[in-house]
Amino acid sequence: MSVEQTLRDYILENYLFTDDQSELNSADSFMGKGILDSTGIMEIIFFIEEQFNIKVEDEEMVPENLDSVNNLVAFIAKKSG
Amino acid sequence: MSVDISAVLEELLAFDKNAEVEKITSAIREMLRGKVKRRGLVVAISGGIDSSVSAALAVKALGPKKVFGLLLPETDSSSKSSERGKMLAEFLGIEYLKHNIAPALDAIGCYQWRDEAIIKTFPDYGEGWKNKITIAGGTSGQINHFQLVVEDPDGNQMEKRLGLNEYLQIVAATNYKQRLRKSVEYFHADRLNYAVVGTPNRIEYDQGFFVKNGDGSADIKPIAHLYKSQVYALARHLGLPDDICNAVPTTDTYSLSQGQDEFYYALPYREMDVALWCFNHDKPPAFLAEKLGLSEEQANYVYGDIQNKRKTTAMLHWNALTIEKVEGPFSSPE
Repeated sequence: MSVEQTLRDYILENYLFTDDQSELNSADSFMGKGILDSTGIMEIIFFIEEQFNIKVEDEEMVPENLDSVNNLVAFIAKKSG
Repeated sequence: MSVDISAVLEELLAFDKNAEVEKITSAIREMLRGKVKRRGLVVAISGGIDSSVSAALAVKALGPKKVFGLLLPETDSSSKSSERGKMLAEFLGIEYLKHNIAPALDAIGCYQWRDEAIIKTFPDYGEGWKNKITIAGGTSGQINHFQLVVEDPDGNQMEKRLGLNEYLQIVAATNYKQRLRKSVEYFHADRLNYAVVGTPNRIEYDQGFFVKNGDGSADIKPIAHLYKSQVYALARHLGLPDDICNAVPTTDTYSLSQGQDEFYYALPYREMDVALWCFNHDKPPAFLAEKLGLSEEQANYVYGDIQNKRKTTAMLHWNALTIEKVEGPFSSPE
């Protein structure tokens, strides 16, 4: 499964309680759209660290890296590359 | 960091203190008589400025015989807080009770759950060590996250970012403190047929800095509309003892001394007052930046943090949600 699909499934299942893919746009801002709060972002960090075996550093905890599926995909690609 | 907050603070403090005291005290009487239907007030006194002013206003509204004070220290409370609380209760001439809640917290596992989570982060942590949680991120545009700071018995401090599960467990465990205090407050309120006073100031109320069903729970909240600087001004206006008027805001929840700004707010309280006031008065970020000596980008982050905390903590204010509106006098106190 692609990184994007893994992330989408995780968010749809755990925060939107649905498997309807149309409920989440990969460009949606998690915090802007009220999908996640800062604790939710901490959960996402925990999830990607476990799932993709990366370590998110303090200075990397910015919305540009973490606040949408697209941002996460780009961030994970950069960290894994 | 503070550059020119005086002009804003001056405007914030330019309120008629006599009229404010009159407004609050008559509202307290009206609420008790018309809505809450209780014959007095219970106030838990922490020794901090907010509970001190709330207790003083309760006494002004009802007289000392109808106000019951509670001092509820536990293992991590500073002894100075307790001394100030006792001093205030005696200054106000109210009946009060000191009840150490540490044995009850211990019995329910508060300290054990907390320490288990700390040990996962710092395996050497144990007897004689101290701890606190600090927040990072608010003025730098980072997503808020939390650091665990510990101090060994020799005074060496160490710091690490908290993992999600450990953070949640430490906060959940320490929330027992506020929730147990509230149970004790309601026990005495029920026993006396009194109502319970909640003591948040405006920034705590607005930014959700309270524990749901803990310090957030109350029948009336008489200073929730006042900025913290205004609460200090009222303390002086009401002639409260100097030690109380000069008390530095702390959470008094963790064994290492912890400022409220370290744990929750992006800024120290005077700057936070100014930021919230500017936000509420539609001042542009450039205005706030100039007042606080921040860059415009940082001021934007502060405004973003204010909006974000407001949004994410709104549910702490709510009663349980029902599937459809259940009509009755309980829907609203009006």
